[in-house]
Amino acid sequence: MLMKLPMKETLMIVALAVAVLLLMQVMGTAYGVRVLVEASCYAIIALGLTIQWGYAGLFNAGIMGFVAIGGFSAMLLTFPVNQSFWESDLSGELGVAFLKLVAAVALVAAVMQLHRIKVPRSIRLPIILIVMATLYLWVVNGFAPVTQNIVSQHGFIGGFGLPVWAGWLVGGILAGTVAYFIGHICLGLRSDYLAIATLGVAEIIKAFLKNSDWLTRGTLTVSPLPWPVPGASEVGFVMARALYLSVTAVLIAIIFYLLHRAYNGPWGRMMRAIRDNELSSSAMGKDVNQRRLEVFVLGCILMGIGGAALATFNGIFDPNGYLPLNHTFLIWVMVILGGPGNNLGTIFGAVFVYVIWVMSEPVALFILNSISYLGDLWFAWEAPSDFSSRALQARVFSIGLIITLVLRYAPKGLFPEKVQHHQ
Amino acid sequence: MNEFVFFINNVVISGLTIGSIYALGAVGITLIFSILRFAHFAHADLMTLGAFFAFFLTAMFPAVGPAIGLPTAFVMLPLAMVMTAIAAIYIDKGFYKPLRRHGVKPIVIVMASLGVTLMLQGLIRMFMGTSARSMYIDDRKGIHRLDMPFELASRPIVITDPQIIIIVLLVIIVIALHLFLNRTRLGKAMRAMSDNPDLARVSGINTDTVVKVTWVIAGSLAAIAGTMLSLDVSLKPDLSFHLLLPIFAAAIVGGVGHPYGALAGGFVIGFAETLSVFNWAVLLRPWRDYLWFDLPATLAFVPSEYKITVPFFILLAILVWRPTGLFKGKVL
Repeated sequence: MLMKLPMKETLMIVALAVAVLLLMQVMGTAYGVRVLVEASCYAIIALGLTIQWGYAGLFNAGIMGFVAIGGFSAMLLTFPVNQSFWESDLSGELGVAFLKLVAAVALVAAVMQLHRIKVPRSIRLPIILIVMATLYLWVVNGFAPVTQNIVSQHGFIGGFGLPVWAGWLVGGILAGTVAYFIGHICLGLRSDYLAIATLGVAEIIKAFLKNSDWLTRGTLTVSPLPWPVPGASEVGFVMARALYLSVTAVLIAIIFYLLHRAYNGPWGRMMRAIRDNELSSSAMGKDVNQRRLEVFVLGCILMGIGGAALATFNGIFDPNGYLPLNHTFLIWVMVILGGPGNNLGTIFGAVFVYVIWVMSEPVALFILNSISYLGDLWFAWEAPSDFSSRALQARVFSIGLIITLVLRYAPKGLFPEKVQHHQ
Repeated sequence: MNEFVFFINNVVISGLTIGSIYALGAVGITLIFSILRFAHFAHADLMTLGAFFAFFLTAMFPAVGPAIGLPTAFVMLPLAMVMTAIAAIYIDKGFYKPLRRHGVKPIVIVMASLGVTLMLQGLIRMFMGTSARSMYIDDRKGIHRLDMPFELASRPIVITDPQIIIIVLLVIIVIALHLFLNRTRLGKAMRAMSDNPDLARVSGINTDTVVKVTWVIAGSLAAIAGTMLSLDVSLKPDLSFHLLLPIFAAAIVGGVGHPYGALAGGFVIGFAETLSVFNWAVLLRPWRDYLWFDLPATLAFVPSEYKITVPFFILLAILVWRPTGLFKGKVL
């Protein structure tokens, strides 16, 4: 058994384990476990990306949006119930506003069917546009006073007080639903369009979560979110985080097993066939767009679950904390560095890149402080006051550089995808 | 009449301005799309880069503008355009060309362009910090107030120097671009290459030159758009994130690979944005006694914090109903 293990991969994993142990030794065990838990949440998200990019070649540039949906759902479903809101009249008014929304959607759907009763196209389009605009204004003006009153009287609507797993599950489902609509529109078109659309949807989700104070408290943030395991106050930091780590580890193990089966099964072979030669697989009778939609939604579900796990662990839902750099591009680096299409490589990449990412801040600050100290000492050079915040932007630069260099020189990543060939 | 003046100020003028900016960006994107066949995500950062070059030049020679009577950054614009074009050529040489030679899928080059986006952003913020800056150092923004000759209009139409300049500049650029694409040898070579790159190569067109010219045009247009936008508002390092979606939406609305379509798309997106955040209650106020509903204080389609959703939904609508764009772009 041991002889069969590939040398290079084993060595790299052992080296990573040593690095993590070293981190724990230097920065303290509690901090080390925290980094590991966060890395494991990122690993779930990265697994979602690796099936989109590695299995099917789909470019998702809006991972942040799906991660934020997961975090939002974890917040909404698990946060304790806000009794004062539900007992007031406002909950009924909010229900009426939602009914208006449902009615408006139904009406628009009905108007869309006008062609069935032979209304000519030239009249249809103006009718649809006018109906949509009127209904839109009607719904928006139905929501505005209610939501304003909720914010001024009760803060926000609070959570539903459900168990944590429900929040994670719904996070995955919500992210998958959004992905379904985006994918449905964009997957039949050029591959670049999906990238543009996902980039846009991520910004919009963030804008919505940030500005809907009645739903998410916006910039005021919601905390503390309940944990699925006993918290730090009961069993201490290290133990609580270790328990949380075991939950995410089990989750990763399940996802890993399922993906492994899927990858080696007929479904995985079909996906690779579509990725490598779209034309011939569609000639073989595969519904390319449908299969791509499938894999896109599946990947986004994983991203939603990972995002929910991340938000629950941090214990705080902060819409402003979702940054394209941390939640989209960092995950891209994890996947393409680890090896797209290789699940083990992706998990390795997630832990490896996250540890480096976390350590880069104190290391960079240390180097900077030395530079400005020495500069002051030797050349009487005074560093600008925002020197450290500026210099941290070097991380943005290096993320970009890593992406371009890996694409150029190691497109298969550290753990290349292993495709089994049958003779 | 004051309501009408308000409409002109807030919709016509600002729509024209932002539409011109988007149009210039979208033309660059659509040219790169049709010659090199990939969505250039770093384009909005080229715009920011161009604005920063203009800012550097303004900081170095702040007295030039007041001497002529134009904003300094505008006087420095040709130099900034050259610098941005050179930067664009070298970015292509360093990051996209090797990938093209390797014959990778277009989507990999798209990802490389995202990497370039991050690198440019990191560099710009490292050198300039993260705060907003004014492009005016020694001079001040010229603001013109045109009083209306009517009795009823007590408020003037307000238009600033950069707004006039960008609108005039756009007209000149459109004519120049039209002449270039239709009358010159290089322009014809560009169109040939966008129609069929292999055929263009075998008929003796130097494709490397065409690629370079594409980057020069796209880079200089990006520099113009970025500089004029930051002259009109202010210079921010995160300018590019607000520009990326609108300019892509404009290029796709106009039909990818279709320069005139990109111009039209830019104005569609620009006017859609300004119309949707415009407070219609102001226009309806004179008729409030005849309306069957109570007029709210603000009646806008989209609150201004959701402005970014407008280009996105136009993009989705166009992808659903007419994926080739309004003008039937050729690359789908």
